[in-house]
Amino acid sequence: MSNTAIAASGLRKAYGDKIVLGGIDLDVRAGTVFSLLGPNGAGKTTTVNVLTTLLKADGGTARVAGHDVATDTKAVRAAIGVTGQFAAVDELLTGQENLQLMADLKHVGAREGQRVITELLERFDLTESAQKLVSTYSGGMRRKLDLAMTLVGNPRIIFLDEPTTGLDPRSRRTMWDIVRGLVADGVTIFLTTQYLDEADQLADRIAVLNHGRLVAQGTPSELKRQVPGSHVRLRFTDVFELDAAARVLPGATRDDEDLTLRVPGDGGVKSLRALLGQLDEHSIDADELSVHTPDLDDVFLALTGRANTEVNAQ
Amino acid sequence: MSTDAVIMLRRNFKHTLRNPVTVFNAVLLPVVIMLMFVYMLGNAFSVGVKYIDYATPGMILLAVSYGLGATATEVNDDMTKGIINRFRVMDVSRGAVMTGHVIVTMLRSLISIAAIIGVAFALGFRPSASSLDWLAVIGIIVAACFATSWLTVAVGLAAKTPQSAGLAIVPLILLPFFSSAIVPAAKMGAGVRQFAEYQPFTPIIESLRGLLAGTPSAGYAITALAWCAGIAIVGYVWALATFRKRV
Repeated sequence: MSNTAIAASGLRKAYGDKIVLGGIDLDVRAGTVFSLLGPNGAGKTTTVNVLTTLLKADGGTARVAGHDVATDTKAVRAAIGVTGQFAAVDELLTGQENLQLMADLKHVGAREGQRVITELLERFDLTESAQKLVSTYSGGMRRKLDLAMTLVGNPRIIFLDEPTTGLDPRSRRTMWDIVRGLVADGVTIFLTTQYLDEADQLADRIAVLNHGRLVAQGTPSELKRQVPGSHVRLRFTDVFELDAAARVLPGATRDDEDLTLRVPGDGGVKSLRALLGQLDEHSIDADELSVHTPDLDDVFLALTGRANTEVNAQ
Repeated sequence: MSTDAVIMLRRNFKHTLRNPVTVFNAVLLPVVIMLMFVYMLGNAFSVGVKYIDYATPGMILLAVSYGLGATATEVNDDMTKGIINRFRVMDVSRGAVMTGHVIVTMLRSLISIAAIIGVAFALGFRPSASSLDWLAVIGIIVAACFATSWLTVAVGLAAKTPQSAGLAIVPLILLPFFSSAIVPAAKMGAGVRQFAEYQPFTPIIESLRGLLAGTPSAGYAITALAWCAGIAIVGYVWALATFRKRV
């Protein structure tokens, strides 16, 4: 299939008794952002390492850009760019020299290399710091340079392993814009993250990885549909108010510790007005009210929580 | 040498130039130590010949070993700071990465040795070596640099952190002090004396000493080259095996 950029089936990897990947199937279409989402230790980096030929899987097959990662490593490596979890930049070189190093290793001609480097420095807003040693760069600048280095040679499939972990909100947004720009150019992005909003913002498809298994896969909205609907959360000042409210609203679930009541509903204005009317009628005073629509956090917690109990049950 | 190795060499060379600690340890410190021994302590040693003539070959080996610390740390840095994965995904051969480190270490040592010999002449060093002897001297120095560089690359690869890599290479850096570099092994206490007589640096130093004095000894030269070959092979095989296991 020509529009599949990355395909994996039954990928397995174990270190001794510890199963890191327990049979992973993936299908990433070309020109899309695929996000592998999971908590620390779920197996995200291991998956990236297998797909980028840095690690041999114990079982299963994977093809990247149509080439088998186990037998045709050279062709895979020629097609991909990888930005790992820790900025792989050379601290004792300047930003410009780091990019030049990449251009040299990719055997980009001198004039073409110069053009690409100038363009990348500009695009990543690093022109001013280009002649400074990378050891003086901030975390955000390093990540940007790291990604710029990956882009030398114009790879069509890019792996980003937790590209924004540890970045401040502003740098994260810059990173997101860069990713969006790449996708607009038709590049395929394989992104791992532990941030749900990041996957929600960027990904066309998301796969949730937990304990080496995919527990869900789909578009962000498909995943959100998998969890119970929206609800209204009421907080009270004391347990007596909470008791009173719980009597009036029998369908709600109460949390005595937080003094909150979770009332299922669609979160619309009409039902909200009705709810407030009910409280008024019984002279119940709610301290705080908030409306919740399910976000990926709910999905994530629901899915990984369920997977945990399954594992425990075995 | 492959293009990739040349690119790696250029990168490592820039590292040396930008790291004042490396420049000091590898190039200046051996000269300082030589000045210290020759000026301050030299007159107290009776070694049968002028002390500067005795000490210069030892100082040459000291210059070789002092350059190794930086290499061990740098090799380990490459492995632990993630850049090695970038190189691997770009299909840069492990050979290129390691060769880059070996050659830059050798270049650094040779520069330091040139400085040592220059200062030695200024201090009154008067060798009686013929030009053929000098060629042999250079050959043995290059062999010693080559062998210790490979061993150091292996140590750098095997260590878990840059700090432990720097520490693991310390015995090799101190080895010249337990050889005939500063004083003849025969003048040392029992135990240390035997160690000094049989450790690799003594035959290397003695062969250089003989050549520079115009009295070359084939026995020392053969032992020296055998040690160099042995160390180089162990270092190379160990480095290759560790590299493969590690990445």
